[in-house]
Amino acid sequence: MSAEKGSAWHAQREKPRAAEPLPGQGRRFRGRGAGGAMAIFSVYVVNKAGGLIYQLDHYAPRADAEKTFSFPLDLVLRLHDERVVVAFGQRDGIRVGHAVLAINGADVNGRFTADGKDVLEFLGNAANYPVSIRFGRHRLSSNEKLMLASMFHSLFAIGSQLSPELGSSGIEMLETDTFKLHCFQTLTGIKFVVLADPRQSGIDSLLRKIYEIYSDFALKNPFYSLEMPIRCELFDQNLKLALEVAEKAGPFGPGS
Amino acid sequence: MSRPPGRKQDNHKIDWHLPTVSSSASAHHMSRELFVLTYGALVAQLCKDYEKDEDVNSCLDKMGYGIGIRLIEDFLARSAVKKCRSYSETADVIAQVAFKMYLGVTPSVSCSSAAGNEFSLILDKNPLVDFVEELPAGRASLCYCNLLCGVIRGALEMIHLAAEVTFLQDKLKGDAVTEIGIVFLKKAEDKKQKRNK
Repeated sequence: MSAEKGSAWHAQREKPRAAEPLPGQGRRFRGRGAGGAMAIFSVYVVNKAGGLIYQLDHYAPRADAEKTFSFPLDLVLRLHDERVVVAFGQRDGIRVGHAVLAINGADVNGRFTADGKDVLEFLGNAANYPVSIRFGRHRLSSNEKLMLASMFHSLFAIGSQLSPELGSSGIEMLETDTFKLHCFQTLTGIKFVVLADPRQSGIDSLLRKIYEIYSDFALKNPFYSLEMPIRCELFDQNLKLALEVAEKAGPFGPGS
Repeated sequence: MSRPPGRKQDNHKIDWHLPTVSSSASAHHMSRELFVLTYGALVAQLCKDYEKDEDVNSCLDKMGYGIGIRLIEDFLARSAVKKCRSYSETADVIAQVAFKMYLGVTPSVSCSSAAGNEFSLILDKNPLVDFVEELPAGRASLCYCNLLCGVIRGALEMIHLAAEVTFLQDKLKGDAVTEIGIVFLKKAEDKKQKRNK
């Protein structure tokens, strides 16, 4: 990953996830029916070699902004990382860094529209207007997630080695203003990583619970080979149940 | 035998801080006899399939290995034992926690070498041989419970401890007790000390 790409990714990453708060949603964990903030964002399971074997995104869909525009477009768009992103002209829920997700209802494919035309060219042509464009924060692709998981694995190893004492547990928590990353490494070397809201508590017991669910529904499945991606329906179901239980417990839940 | 095997975790020494029975463990009361009979059927079928005792033994060991590499995670998840700091602690955990949890028996541990890496587990009650009186004629060197050796070997390997596990004595072969020997092998590189259980 080139340095430029890396820094741009970091710039996007630091954007607050709940950047578009819904009206009247001052407190969290209440009014979840009205699309309230999901407290646990995602779960990653990393095997001993650093490969990602399971990933689940649990957060509520972010608010995408779909608007109809007329020529000329008052947003400045540019190509970045094979995607068309907003460079200038933030307004109405469309922020800098948001990517073009769909044009006229059809999802774009990177820098090309669904029917193969270049997006920037398409939007530069007055004949195509009025056009309806949907902007939103780009989700990580599965390749990007794989890469990030292996990077975390390496950082984890570095963390353990930097420890002044022997037998360090490795990185247990990584804290930012918008999320906390909790990591639990088992004695066998599997890592369970949970990204959650900073105020969410009870993640430690959630990690232990995910370990139990893994040992039950992934390992005891005779057709599951160790270290391979987990594709067990029961594992998915039980994991989602466990996440819901942990979220309901909220910031006053058991454990730390 | 009405007590279901090893599902209840009654009074342990406080050393290991065992949790109360997890919800899934208590829900799975299974007939112990069914388990013992299944194991017996497995060994009987292997005896039919293979003529030589060594083949049957190695087959049981391989099966046990496949079980052990998965069972270790279940064991660690449910018992929440911490990293062991020595081989003797490891042998104690195997005997007092793992055997108790899965088979309902607690073998006694003794260290049989000055170097501190050879241990024996002495089982006075082995639930797997409840219905077996003696080995059939012509199968004198069959290790009936060799699956257990494979399980222990597989489990230890997943926590980065190489070991050789064999039956040193077997009641079925006429010895006084059933004894499982665990020999911890020295790792070639010592870098992974932090994972030493």
